[in-house]
Amino acid sequence: MLSKVSKDWAGAGFVTTIGLAILIFVPILFDLFEVLQMTQYVVLSLFALSLAYIWGYGGILSFGQAGFFGLGGYTYAVAAINMGQTTVPFLMAIGLCALFAAALGYFMFYGRLNDVYLGVVTLVVTLILWKLINHTAGPEYSIGEARLGGFNGIPSIPIMTLPWQPDMEMEPGQMFQYFMAILIGVYVLLHVLIKSKFGRVAISIRENEVRTGLLGYDVRLYKLGIFTIGGAIGGAAGAMWATYQTFIDPNSFSLEVSAKCLIWVMAGGVGTLFGPIVGVIGLQYLSLKLGETDLINNLIILGTILMFLVLLLPKGIFPSFQDLMQWLWRRVGGSGGERTP
Amino acid sequence: MTAAEDRPLLSTKELTMRFGGVVAVDQVNFSLKSGELRCLIGPNGAGKSTFFKCLTGQLKPSAGSVLFADQELSGKTTHDIVRKGIGIKTQVPNLFDGLPARENIALSARQNNSQRRAEEITDEMLELISIAALARRDVGSLAHGERQLVELAMVLAGQPRLVLLDEPAAGMTGEERGRLATVLRDLAGRMSLIVVEHDMQFIREIATEITVFHRGRVFIEGDVAEIMTHSEVQEIYLGKEANGAA
Repeated sequence: MLSKVSKDWAGAGFVTTIGLAILIFVPILFDLFEVLQMTQYVVLSLFALSLAYIWGYGGILSFGQAGFFGLGGYTYAVAAINMGQTTVPFLMAIGLCALFAAALGYFMFYGRLNDVYLGVVTLVVTLILWKLINHTAGPEYSIGEARLGGFNGIPSIPIMTLPWQPDMEMEPGQMFQYFMAILIGVYVLLHVLIKSKFGRVAISIRENEVRTGLLGYDVRLYKLGIFTIGGAIGGAAGAMWATYQTFIDPNSFSLEVSAKCLIWVMAGGVGTLFGPIVGVIGLQYLSLKLGETDLINNLIILGTILMFLVLLLPKGIFPSFQDLMQWLWRRVGGSGGERTP
Repeated sequence: MTAAEDRPLLSTKELTMRFGGVVAVDQVNFSLKSGELRCLIGPNGAGKSTFFKCLTGQLKPSAGSVLFADQELSGKTTHDIVRKGIGIKTQVPNLFDGLPARENIALSARQNNSQRRAEEITDEMLELISIAALARRDVGSLAHGERQLVELAMVLAGQPRLVLLDEPAAGMTGEERGRLATVLRDLAGRMSLIVVEHDMQFIREIATEITVFHRGRVFIEGDVAEIMTHSEVQEIYLGKEANGAA
C-alpha cells in the first residue's frame, strides 16, 4: 500500500502531468477565442493559488488579496511602458508585491493581529489602494512616460515578450503556454514548500498557533514568510492579468476581485492547491455561460449555486470529490486512503 | 554542594507587572532550585497567573528581571523562552486536535531529536503518563482531563529543564488527578517544576514547597505543613483580611 506521502506526491505528479498536456495541446486543438478564454482561467488560477496557499496552508485569511493583484498589475504596466521590455517589469511586479506583503505582514503579525482583525486590515489596505489609484486621473500623476489615469486606468500596456527577448512579443498561444508553465511551476513549488519543514510548521500554525509557539517556533516570522510568498504570487498574477488585457484599471484592487478570489478558494476547497483551480475554472465558465442567457439575471443564478455549494459541499468541490472517490473505492473492496492535496 | 549547584535555576528580582494603575505583580523576588517542585497558590486576583505569564513571555514585565540559568528572560518571546529549555503547559490544553495523541507527542519530541529517538521518547512519555490507551485517538475527541495528560506528555517530550504548569489538574477525574500527582512527584528531582494550582487537595498530594501570592506579592513561602496550618493563609483563602499582609 502506498504511504500517505507517496500518495501526495503521486497526486501532485498527476496534476502536473495533466497540466503539461494542457500546456502542449490546448494551442493546437482550440481556436483563438478559446485559447484566450483559457489564458484568463490560468491567470486567475494563479491568483487563487496565492490565497489558497496562505489561507489553506498557513491559516491566514486575507480579505485583501486584490491589493497584490492590482499592485502587481500597475507595477508591471508602469515599468513596461517606461523600460520598453517586459521581463524585468514582470520580476519587479513580483518583487514589489513581496516587499509590500512583507511590510504589511510585519505590522500585522508582529503587532499580534489575528483572525478577524487581520481580515479587516487587509481589506482596508486594499480599499485605500483602490481609492488612492482612483484619484490619479490628472496628468500630474505620471511615473516617467506612464500616466496612471485614475479611474480610466492604463491602456496599451505592452504585451509580454519571451523572457530576455524584447523583440519577441508573445502570440496568444505562446502566452497561454508561458502562463501555464508559470502556473505549473508555482503549483509544484508550493507543493514542495508544503512538504518541507517550513510547510509543516505553517500547517501546524494553522492548526494551533499557540501550541506551535510553545514548541519553540517563531510564529510571527513563519506567518510573515507565508504572507510574503502569497503576496508575490498575487503580484505575478496581477502582472499577467495586465499584459493579458493590455489594460489595467483601479477595479483590479476592488472588493469584488478580493471576494471572487475568496469564493474560488472556498468553492474549490480550502486546504488543497488543485481545488481552487477547479473553483476558478468552474465558476468562471459558469459566469461566462450564464452571461450568454437573457432568462434571468445571471448573478442571481450564480449566487444561488454558490449558496447550495456551501450548504451541500462545505469542504469544497475537490475535497468532496476526493471523499466520493474514496467512498467508492472502499465500496469496491479497496483499503481507502488519505486525501492528497 | 558547589556554588553552581547552589545557584537558583530560575529567579526573579523585583518583578513588577502593572496594568495602568493596577499593580498585578508587585516587586516579586522568587527563586527556584534545580530539581525543585514548587506550587504557587493564592486566591483569585492574587497575581499568580500574571506572574506565570511574565515567566512564560506571554506578558512583558513593567520592571524587574527574570533569570533562567543565568540568562535574562524578561522581554523575551514565548518561543525564545521555550528554546532555552522551559516547557509550558497552558491552563486550557493547546493540542493539534486533528492528530492522534501519539503524533502530538512525537511532534514535540522531534524538535531536538532524530525520528527514531523521537519515537522512543514518545513511547516513554506514553508509558510515564500512563496514556498508551489514548495513543491512537484523535485528541479532539478526548475528554478535558485526558487532553491535560496528553499536553503534559507533549511538554515533557520536549525534554525541558524547567516545566511551568498552569492548573494542570483542572477538569480531571480523581483517578487522572492521582496519576498526574504521581508523575509530578516522580519528575521532581529530575527536572524543576512550577505548578500554579487552586486545588488544595491536589497540592497536598504533590507539594513540598509552596509560595503563597496575595495582592501581587509573595505573602509567605514554606513547606506544605507550615503553609496549610498558617492561620493568615487560611484567612486569605476564606476571604478575610490578612493582618500584616506584605
